[in-house]
Amino acid sequence: MNRFLSSKWTKLGLFLLSLVPLGILLWLVWQAYSTGNPTEYVSANPIEYITHYTGDWTIRFICFTLCITPLRMLLNQPKITGFRRMLGLFAFFYGCLHLSAWIFLDPRQNTIAAIWEDIVKRRYITVGMLAFAAMVPLAITSTAGWVRRLTFKRWKRLHRLIYLTAVAGVIHYYWLVKSDVRLPLMYAAIVTVLLGYRIIAWMRKRNAPARRAPQPTTSVG
Amino acid sequence: MLIRKPADLRYSDVTPKEVYLNRRKFIGAGAATLGALALPSVSLATTKINGLVQMGQYHNLGNEKPSPKATVTGYNNFYEFGTGKEDPAQNAPKWKVPTDWPIRIEGEVMQPKTLSLDQVMKLAPSEERIYRHRCVERWSIVVPWIGFSLSTLLKQVQPTGKAKYVAFETYYDPKSMLSPREAGIPFPYVEGLRLDEAMHPLAMLSFGMYGETMPNQNGAPVRLVIPWKYGYKSIKSITRIRFVEKQPPTDWGMYASNEYGFYSNVNPEVDHPRWSQKIEQRLGSGFLGQGAQIPTVKFNGYGEQVASLYSGMDLRVNH
Repeated sequence: MNRFLSSKWTKLGLFLLSLVPLGILLWLVWQAYSTGNPTEYVSANPIEYITHYTGDWTIRFICFTLCITPLRMLLNQPKITGFRRMLGLFAFFYGCLHLSAWIFLDPRQNTIAAIWEDIVKRRYITVGMLAFAAMVPLAITSTAGWVRRLTFKRWKRLHRLIYLTAVAGVIHYYWLVKSDVRLPLMYAAIVTVLLGYRIIAWMRKRNAPARRAPQPTTSVG
Repeated sequence: MLIRKPADLRYSDVTPKEVYLNRRKFIGAGAATLGALALPSVSLATTKINGLVQMGQYHNLGNEKPSPKATVTGYNNFYEFGTGKEDPAQNAPKWKVPTDWPIRIEGEVMQPKTLSLDQVMKLAPSEERIYRHRCVERWSIVVPWIGFSLSTLLKQVQPTGKAKYVAFETYYDPKSMLSPREAGIPFPYVEGLRLDEAMHPLAMLSFGMYGETMPNQNGAPVRLVIPWKYGYKSIKSITRIRFVEKQPPTDWGMYASNEYGFYSNVNPEVDHPRWSQKIEQRLGSGFLGQGAQIPTVKFNGYGEQVASLYSGMDLRVNH
């Protein structure tokens, strides 16, 4: 298990797997274009389709990232943490695609003023921008160098911003749908479980200070 | 002629709603091969409408080219068949629409009447009317509808002096369609118009498009088309028409009255609370069918015909 988790092939596999959604989207766009039958691949409203598709994958990768800590604790496999940065960066990557689709493709006067008006006036966009903005410092400080520079303790505290991204992302989804809130509520439930797990773990740790978590025996590397 | 009540109609052929498959969820499951990811092709059990009148005052007011049929029949808001835009095209075609579809006309009228669709279609020649259709969600299409003015049907009954509004109701079968809880809006779907709006010649009763009968996902067998209002006012699959004294409830209005007013006239000056209505995406053209972004026009460009209906009204308040 340890060997599997620390193998660079596992990491490469996960990297390629994380690119599959983008690959499928590009394939759909290509098929839509080359067959001359776009409605069968990217719907009759491709702009909306691409925006929703990339948004869906953003919130999914945020959830995947948040799964790492509970999985590490439940399976007692510290090496799992080695995948967290990549998943987090993919959440940011799909978030960038989602934001770009909205900025450049949305039916709107594509002026800075009109985009800014949307951000301040529409609450689902405000909260969506907040979710995205909170990811920016995390992406920047995702390198080992930044962990050293900030010290691990402060770096860790900063990276709790992902909780804000997750909550704001779910609210963004909930506020933008018209009336069918089933999918946003599903993500709300997932994020609640993932964050709730941390709260419970934290409370149990606080209430039992004598019991120390087992230390990893292998060296980090 | 045997005219059955809607309660007797059977729609057992409609797929159970558990089978509804959201394609995005599908992709999310990652359980499919690439080839299976393509959207299902749309099957249309429609038949040609003969004796179509393709001229006249309302045939093509804007001299527009109709949108591709695949766009119009593959991208629909018909929440009874699923809340995704491609859900109705996937689920509604399995619905067997009875040929003896009865339409009840009742309420504040001297003599309530029930007409079958066959009887309704014979009231006047079938006209083709090419109308712009603007959805509140900022996409728009151009559709060659078939039908005639709604007033032709409404004139079949004599309203009492109390009749001020007309209320419409969509067919609903709880066994085969989404529940109001799932869709988030009340069912059966209801809509309403002021009597003078309903009697306006542009307001259309439509039972077909593209030279054929109405595809299920577009509101078979008979629907309204109110081209100067947002799409959700053009109620689909009508079973009941009621003349009423007071402004009737509207489905999206019950869901959020601040977002979906009773009048819901297309108006770039009045924002939807969640987005601006100044620009629309005219679907169909372009290398992906993404269309073009064009400025939205007040009353969807039919102001010359309908603006007088609202003279003296503040359309910001009465949005």
